[in-house]
Amino acid sequence: MEIDPLIFRLSIFILSIFVGYYVVWSVTPSLHTPLMSVTNAISSVIIVGAIIAGLSGNTHSVFNTSSVFGFLAIALAAINIFGGFLVTQRMLAMYKKKKKEK
Amino acid sequence: MISQNLSAVFYLLSGVLFILALRGLSSPETSRQGNLFGILGMIIAVTVTFLSIGNFSSGFIFVVIFILTGGSIGAFIAYKIPMTAMPELVAGFHSLVGLAAVFVAIAAFLNPTAFNLGSPGNIKLGSLIEMSIGAAVGAITFSGSVIAFLKLQGIMSGSPIIFKGQHPLNAIILISIIILIYLLCSTQSSNLFWILLGISFLIGFLLIIPIGGADMPVVISMLNSYSGWAAAGIGFTLENTALIITGALVGSSGAILSYIMCKGMNRSFFNVILGGFGATDDVSSKSSKEQKPVKSGNADDAAFLMKNASSVIIVPGYGMAVAQAQHALREMVDTLKKNDIKVSYAIHPVAGRMPGHMNVLLAEANVPYDEVFELEEINNDFANADVAFVIGANDVTNPVAKTDPQSPIYGMPVLDVEKCKSVLFVKRSLSPGYAGIDNDLFYKENTLMLFADAKKMTEDITKNL
Repeated sequence: MEIDPLIFRLSIFILSIFVGYYVVWSVTPSLHTPLMSVTNAISSVIIVGAIIAGLSGNTHSVFNTSSVFGFLAIALAAINIFGGFLVTQRMLAMYKKKKKEK
Repeated sequence: MISQNLSAVFYLLSGVLFILALRGLSSPETSRQGNLFGILGMIIAVTVTFLSIGNFSSGFIFVVIFILTGGSIGAFIAYKIPMTAMPELVAGFHSLVGLAAVFVAIAAFLNPTAFNLGSPGNIKLGSLIEMSIGAAVGAITFSGSVIAFLKLQGIMSGSPIIFKGQHPLNAIILISIIILIYLLCSTQSSNLFWILLGISFLIGFLLIIPIGGADMPVVISMLNSYSGWAAAGIGFTLENTALIITGALVGSSGAILSYIMCKGMNRSFFNVILGGFGATDDVSSKSSKEQKPVKSGNADDAAFLMKNASSVIIVPGYGMAVAQAQHALREMVDTLKKNDIKVSYAIHPVAGRMPGHMNVLLAEANVPYDEVFELEEINNDFANADVAFVIGANDVTNPVAKTDPQSPIYGMPVLDVEKCKSVLFVKRSLSPGYAGIDNDLFYKENTLMLFADAKKMTEDITKNL
């Protein structure tokens, strides 16, 4: 009997929780704010679902109820992706080491 | 059009890049590279999605238009937002992730064929369960984050909103969500789906209103975690590895941050979630309300004390963020350093309104990050320092947390500011902090209170140095 693909996805999920656990504990506390903004940006990878929904209409009618929700979700996720990565970049650029003084 | 297997490999790749993005944050040097990995992962995920659908007809143009519209709004916000407003921004972004998850779930529910999940009214059971969980968690994230945003922005009062029967009501709603998901899966009724969304929005709202302003670091971290679980739920529905990996990463990241924040306040997670801190506790504080002598001084006195010190430790708090005093503070420190005074910064885990809030503000003011220390790293140094300069912090320095078991903040780790030879306390008035308790430090022999706006006082001190 074949294993249900759900089990594979569940394995990936559980293992990723552990990866996340160890990776996040090693994040230095001074970078916790950038951590939040970058996790924000990457969780917006949900845009892939929104794109599928947005492209679900056919050539005759691009817009149906489902694709409209898709388009809205695309816009929301895009705000997050661009905003999240850029604000993280902006913050990280500010973290500087002490200038070596003479 | 690329094969499903190939696109799955690419989704896995983008998941790995997201892991590397978080890994980079282990030190400021590698963090910028990490962020680039994150961006790369996102580009791969989006490109692969386009290629796997292979539909470049008229719909495609609209997708691009919406991406560009959202993207430019996001970019505009990212460049304009002042660093002091980061907590609000993050709360706002969380709400968008939540709402996006809800919209994707709605789209999938209305048109399951497009997602390969069956046909309307006959959606695969597993997908329907995943979808409804994703939608419910997404809705909770959305309405919860909106409340958090309003509270942080000051549009809504930061004080807890409590009413009778709050907890039983919440419990009933949570149970009914589970029952609804069960009924939805057995009947496939779209009405139940809408009701589920409605009460999920409601519970998100009800869960956050009783939580006070000072507990916002926990709330934001918790909502961060929720947004991750919502994404993972949708990831299962779409059978998309990138989403599942990311959801798990973000979910555990937020959970760890909430844990760190709770530990910083010595409170259990449930204690925070049940809310009402600072509004109901009127123990011990009232009894000590009678007038006690306080020494207050002006910028001149403060400058004199600091000039004669050889080491100064600065303790910033939320008040510094409110007064936007970080730049003025850096200028003061520059002047001190010119006089060969050793200066370091001490950051309490829950200082500010979100994890790492103070560190970002200091970084913005060009304070090198190797002068900034965490509580455990610096707490022993207070005994050897001459001056502690407390700017906008209060509860995190209160020695009562170590001495009075009656106090609501007893057991919370605090900065040992009172061990310094002298303490300068910049504050607008003697009013207690968010925990609503008096700070003994104000009445100590070696404390000098500086009653003024944090920014103005810091500037005045610099002039007098």
